[in-house]
Amino acid sequence: MRKSVAGKLRKALELSFQHNRRFLSSSHSRFLSSTPVVFDSATSTSMADSSSSSHASPPLSLQTINPKVLKCEYAVRGEIVTLAQRLQQELQEKPGSHPFDEILYCNIGNPQSLGQQPITFFREVLALCDHPAILDKSETQGLFSADAIERAWQILDQIPGRATGAYSHSQGIKGLRDTIAAGIEARDGYPANPNDIFLTDGASPAVHMMMQLLIRSEKDGILCPIPQYPLYSASIALHGGTLVPYYLDEASGWGLEILELKKQLEEAKSKGISVRALVVINPGNPTGQVVAEGNQRDIVEFCKQEGLVLLADEVYQENVYVPEKEFHSFKKVSRSMGYGEDDIALVSFQSVSKGYYGECGKRGGYMEVTGFSADIREQIYKVASVNLCSNISGQILASLVMSPPKVGDESYESYRAERDGILSSLARRAKTLEDAFNNLEGITCNKAEGAMYLFPRINLPQKAIKAAEAVKEAPDAFYCHRLLNATGIVFVPGSGFGQAPGTWHFRCTILPQEDKIPAIVSRLTDFHKGFMDEFRD
Amino acid sequence: MPLKALDYESINENVKKTQYAVRGELYLRASELQKEGKKIIFTNVGNPHALGQKPLTFPRQVVALCQAPFLLDDPNVGLLFPADAIARAKHYLSLTSGGLGAYSDSRGVPGIRKEVAEFIGRRDGYPSDPELIFLTDGASKGVMQMLNTIIRGEGDGILVPVPQYPLYSAAITLFGGSLVPYYLEETANWGLDVDDLRQSVAQARSKGITVRAMVIINPGNPTGQCLSEANLREILKFCYQENLVLLGDEVYQQNIYQDERPFISSRKVLLDMGPPISKEVQLISFHTVSKGYWGECGQRGGYFEMTNIPPETVDEIYKVSSISLSPNVPAQIFLGLMVNPPRPGDISYEQYVRESKGILESLRRRASIMTDGFNSCRNVVCNFTEGAMYSFPQIRLPPKAIEAAKRAGKVPDVFYCLKLLEATGISTVPGSGFGQKEGMFHLRTTILPAEEDMPAIMESFKKFNDEFMEQYEDHRGYSRM
Repeated sequence: MRKSVAGKLRKALELSFQHNRRFLSSSHSRFLSSTPVVFDSATSTSMADSSSSSHASPPLSLQTINPKVLKCEYAVRGEIVTLAQRLQQELQEKPGSHPFDEILYCNIGNPQSLGQQPITFFREVLALCDHPAILDKSETQGLFSADAIERAWQILDQIPGRATGAYSHSQGIKGLRDTIAAGIEARDGYPANPNDIFLTDGASPAVHMMMQLLIRSEKDGILCPIPQYPLYSASIALHGGTLVPYYLDEASGWGLEILELKKQLEEAKSKGISVRALVVINPGNPTGQVVAEGNQRDIVEFCKQEGLVLLADEVYQENVYVPEKEFHSFKKVSRSMGYGEDDIALVSFQSVSKGYYGECGKRGGYMEVTGFSADIREQIYKVASVNLCSNISGQILASLVMSPPKVGDESYESYRAERDGILSSLARRAKTLEDAFNNLEGITCNKAEGAMYLFPRINLPQKAIKAAEAVKEAPDAFYCHRLLNATGIVFVPGSGFGQAPGTWHFRCTILPQEDKIPAIVSRLTDFHKGFMDEFRD
Repeated sequence: MPLKALDYESINENVKKTQYAVRGELYLRASELQKEGKKIIFTNVGNPHALGQKPLTFPRQVVALCQAPFLLDDPNVGLLFPADAIARAKHYLSLTSGGLGAYSDSRGVPGIRKEVAEFIGRRDGYPSDPELIFLTDGASKGVMQMLNTIIRGEGDGILVPVPQYPLYSAAITLFGGSLVPYYLEETANWGLDVDDLRQSVAQARSKGITVRAMVIINPGNPTGQCLSEANLREILKFCYQENLVLLGDEVYQQNIYQDERPFISSRKVLLDMGPPISKEVQLISFHTVSKGYWGECGQRGGYFEMTNIPPETVDEIYKVSSISLSPNVPAQIFLGLMVNPPRPGDISYEQYVRESKGILESLRRRASIMTDGFNSCRNVVCNFTEGAMYSFPQIRLPPKAIEAAKRAGKVPDVFYCLKLLEATGISTVPGSGFGQKEGMFHLRTTILPAEEDMPAIMESFKKFNDEFMEQYEDHRGYSRM
């Protein structure tokens, strides 16, 4: 017998919000300025004259640390968020000190921090794998569903000695990779090889691994969409490469134009940059578009012709909200074009953090690496082995995500209900917020076809832009700052993601619970009206 | 003709140069043999649960409850879980911002970092600031992050003990820095001589290298030695004089098998030394849930603590941590439980003590069994494993064996270890993977195989070794020393 998550959990979570506030730091300053992210080619600073400077300064000081660390930026947890946390603490200490009584975090794709419930079946299996000693006990039958118990046994049998506390194979437990490969095949209709799969602590470390492999110097360029999820710009900066931007076309629903890709590629080449790979985020972050299949074929063809590695960030593959679009993996598209291992080098990233499962805190994910020679794959394995392996619980979860309950399984109905409930709610929230933004003066917002974000464009009046300049803030950061101070709502300025020069945006997640959305909309609307009244030209 | 996207020639050179023997040639060969049906005893990596060590019960109960909080609502939960585990699960859930499935603060859950700080305070007698403690997905990620922060280019050198745990050499290569070796003295119980340190630094500087940091592994890996307080003072003084940041790898601090040199943290000694050293020497201390008597390698839980790092630099380190969003939350809870285990009076206390003591006392016994077993072989000299999880015997190889190795295209200790593997199924890591003095050969094995299997394993080794020596010895003499 199994229970769905009940009131006590909500209570515990409420307590956790309150408790958490007490510990939030206000003292330490944060790192990011709100100036727009610069995407020009990165010339790495020449090494400081080490002998003289490091005698004067301690080894770990701003003057002496790796300049690439100084250079990289990550707005999702940047300055505006630090400010929000400070305000939250102030509210806690002095209720009524602000014109709002709670902070509404719309800055980060972290569903369970905003009340989304985990999928019960997944958590049952994970709990049993964490504490296999109870599998033999009769009381366990009363607390867990039979198919969860069965799946736990199945998984444990794939782990040597059933030891979930042991380091596994550096690519991840073989049996789990088999399950994932089967899941990929069921999804795409084309086979997947478990030896192509590298399980990682979330998709992000896998992205870092590929950047490390591909980037030799600042002469190596990686094509990235603008706007992009700033893991890419940060990772490229950290590894000393150059980000080569390609602009998504806002007017056509954030469309990806091959001509734009070609243009940016040629321009980079003319500057002596060797472009190594193309990053495509599908569905897009922050932009939410689902790439049309025809477009995907063009992209595959482009990479093949130009000899680029295709880095396909597909972590939002289960977040599609519009009936006219469907997710197709780039692997499926490539294979459907008749392109195999010899034709295209493709790395596909997936994660347990998004979809309908939203298990961000578990740090589970994988990359599927195809079209690379054996000696390169050995190198990838070697780098993975230095960290020994990714966390086992995350590995198990990745396998569950890729092979959830099926029709006929005891847990299928409730699993389906939970999943559909979350996905339909996300679709509703996406629509509600999109409409709300489009109703505001000077704001246009493309539909979120997928992912978890809206990226509205704001046409800021000149007066506002000048006011921003006067306080040395980017105009979009100025707006977000004002919004936060007036309403407690946290958006991330578009400069954190990149945008066409002269345009301003902000990113808002669709994740606050449905009952909070009306409050967000009304507070935002009131604020925006006031702001425009103040700054209208 | 479409261009080939990526070939071996065009990938990052640093990646190609990186080596990590712990999962290198010997391990790969052992895995092949295992697939062919041979029984392999994996002693290549400090992975206790893989060799039969059981997880401690209490933490697994707590994390399972956190994983499936709906259990907490069930009236029958008490049939399977003790009350203190239930209370603890509620406590940790309340510290998170949405349970195990939400990204935490990028530095780790604040309440858990507070527990870590309190642990450090109790251990050392000096308060520790939770704001300067960052939780990571295993200590290795923390080490890599710090090295990446320090290393600007190949002109930056990092002092690393030889023999060392090859995470350090691998990370330094990956990030394009230079490894500056300092040799531990085998005949002096793997001791560290400050004059040697000075020489290593002088040599590096004469090559134009700026030495930035010094790594100590205490207790040592693979060598097992526990540093004395006097040694630690010397090291800290040295770092002060040479303006080096000290990276204190203390992941084995719970694994101590002798009583003469208990574990003392670098931080305690630093603060004991008073100003100016206590206020100026920069120190990063690392710890983990993977070792000790916990052995929870698969959770990937660890932390680093910063001392005397300027606030703006802490901010930069925080920034880099935030790119990875957060360390995995279940492992953070394991960490909390490790630093804050059951106390006397708790329902689970006795079981916890029994389980922990059982493991530690057995490790202590196994350390001796192994050391004695190696020393009973005439061509093997083995320092006692004072701490950590490894035995690092020196194998004296006769010239004929060395020649045979050359002919086979192998480094002598790799040759020996491969033969050992084929003959006995014992999978070790050759000493060359850790670094050793020229002309000397070692292998690293763990002391982790089950106690009841140890005598047979040592016998098996001895049998192989004696036969190997029979084959290659001709009484002309041995390798150096």
